[in-house]
Amino acid sequence: MNLLEIRDLRVSYRINGEDLPAVRGVDLDVQAGETVGIAGESGCGKSTLAGAVLRLLPNGTRVTGQVRLAGEDVLSMSWGRLRAVRWNTASIVFQAAMHGLNPVRRIGQQIAEPILVHEPAAGTRRAAARAAELLEQVGVPAWRVRSYPHELSGGQRQRVMIAMALACDPQLIVADEPTTALDVMVQAQVLNLLRDLVRERGVGLLMISHDLSVLADLCDRVAVMYAGRVVEQGPGGRLFTDATHPYARALAAAFPVIGDPASRMAPRGLPGDPPDPRELPSGCPFHPRCPDAVVVCGETDVRLREAGPDRTAACVHVGVTQEREGIR
Amino acid sequence: MRSRQVDTASDGAVIEARDLHVGFGATTRSGQPPIRAVDGVELAIGRGEIVALAGESGCGKTTLARALLGLERPWRGQVLQHGQPLRYGTRALRGYRRQVQLVLQDPSGALNPRRTVYEAVAEGLRIHRLPGDERDQVARALSLAGLRPAERFFSRYPHELSGGQRQRVVIAGALVLDPAVIVADEPVSALDASVRGEILALLLSLREQLGLSVLVVTHDLGLAWNIADRLAVMYLGRIIESGPTEQVLGAPRHPYTGALLSVLPESTHRAPVVLRGEAPDPSRVPSGCRFHPRCPALGDGSAGRAGIADRCRSEPLRMLPAAAGHTAACLLARSSEPDGSVDPADAGPAADRAVPA
Repeated sequence: MNLLEIRDLRVSYRINGEDLPAVRGVDLDVQAGETVGIAGESGCGKSTLAGAVLRLLPNGTRVTGQVRLAGEDVLSMSWGRLRAVRWNTASIVFQAAMHGLNPVRRIGQQIAEPILVHEPAAGTRRAAARAAELLEQVGVPAWRVRSYPHELSGGQRQRVMIAMALACDPQLIVADEPTTALDVMVQAQVLNLLRDLVRERGVGLLMISHDLSVLADLCDRVAVMYAGRVVEQGPGGRLFTDATHPYARALAAAFPVIGDPASRMAPRGLPGDPPDPRELPSGCPFHPRCPDAVVVCGETDVRLREAGPDRTAACVHVGVTQEREGIR
Repeated sequence: MRSRQVDTASDGAVIEARDLHVGFGATTRSGQPPIRAVDGVELAIGRGEIVALAGESGCGKTTLARALLGLERPWRGQVLQHGQPLRYGTRALRGYRRQVQLVLQDPSGALNPRRTVYEAVAEGLRIHRLPGDERDQVARALSLAGLRPAERFFSRYPHELSGGQRQRVVIAGALVLDPAVIVADEPVSALDASVRGEILALLLSLREQLGLSVLVVTHDLGLAWNIADRLAVMYLGRIIESGPTEQVLGAPRHPYTGALLSVLPESTHRAPVVLRGEAPDPSRVPSGCRFHPRCPALGDGSAGRAGIADRCRSEPLRMLPAAAGHTAACLLARSSEPDGSVDPADAGPAADRAVPA
């Protein structure tokens, strides 16, 4: 059984009486002990997807499809059950530099809070001891339970966020840009910590990031999103080194490999901007920016198809020739 | 060879930092400010040269950039423009800042949301009361920055533009003054990956077209690989390694540079050296080599075997000279020089110049 199973997930936000589609039909699985990455740029729907896993989206958001967490349907869950599942079955790590920690409460209290909510019998003292233990596990000295968030460095705050996510021993951790505001050295420390957690506790990790190079390094599988859809999915390392979808390829090329003569004095990007969700282009939503676009791309909306072993991509240029014949 | 390089990088420098020290807080009894953000830096930027200044948060790279812009006053040392020391009078600074322009990280914060693109770009012209047709100059700057046809952007407001377009407007605002140098502080870190490459390509093409010199302040070594001729790596207020980008990134000599490179996610051929802790506090600079408390070479005993561990802990290192060659402020790097030649870091800039071509 998949730990997390997402089927045909569609999410639209209602803004000024208008429906803005943010996620437009995504399928995704995460297994225990597996790390799955979602890459994409601002507005591609990756954080909305993360929020939908634990129903953390604002009121009035339309969500359809299926999200099954350890076999249970999250979207139809009662509020009481949902509260029990959050932290306990699945928890989420946000980008700590921005928000996420209460500035006027001590670190220890904040880590103990989910423990007390889920296990009132544990008692304040045992919850506090557990908070100190968790801090040690993520590499922050235990005496820091007495500190306030502003007394910690950015890297330590991110570790505290991870300690909180671990507080109730969840099976799935969703990490939304957990290293984005951090320096490379601190990023490496935090990524090592996440890697160890997956290895030692067998948790499933769903990691959202704009940085495809980080995901390629950390994840077993990576899905690249564009305009609310997965445009390519495959093994992390290979997706970075030889992507098949033109967007995934461009995104990978935007992260230069130091020492690679091809990228020396040759920064690579993509002309144009991601599409406005109110006016998605016809056909393949990427075709106006696509270097390989042909006439059919403006007419046919291509869905994911086989692109080699353990790989799918949503592009007319990908896959078997018969299908191409069919399109013509 | 070496003396010729020095000519372009130091003697022919457009702007230069010499023995630069910038501190914060009231000066203590020792005559030094308590927080030593920039603690002895020599750096020169030649005409048409792109120099990247890299380092982690808190290493002093932004303070150094601000000092080069005349926004911070050094308590020791100088900023020079074409060899002339920068004067800090209002008028002198205004003239200087016309020629040395700043581009900031977040284009949304740098633009006034209630002003049109035209007004944002023309503002500099009005402040500096430059002669010539304003419309023409604004149009030229916008199209240099890649916003074409420029007239179509005149009456737009920042919220109508994408992130990449906003950063181009900010760059146009700098270009309209016809500067000799652009100091760009993390110019693309707030932008999406696919847009980033476009803005970096713009900086490269401006150098080609206008002979512009660029100092890019960044935490991203990949960015240096993408556009910089030379790279200087900063740690705790000092440049600890500098040289041609290929050499510094291809064969780093300082253990800190090596560690930074090893933890990059795409780095596959290096075993990751994850340093413990975070960049330390500029109010408590360690004795000896300032990197020694975190140095992996001291940790794994290689400094001990080279017989320099005690010196690493106690012997202060000299400032690296602003020469163009590859240098590192590290005793171990020096002791393992293949030909045993004198490292310029040891001999100082004067001796370096005396080396015959």
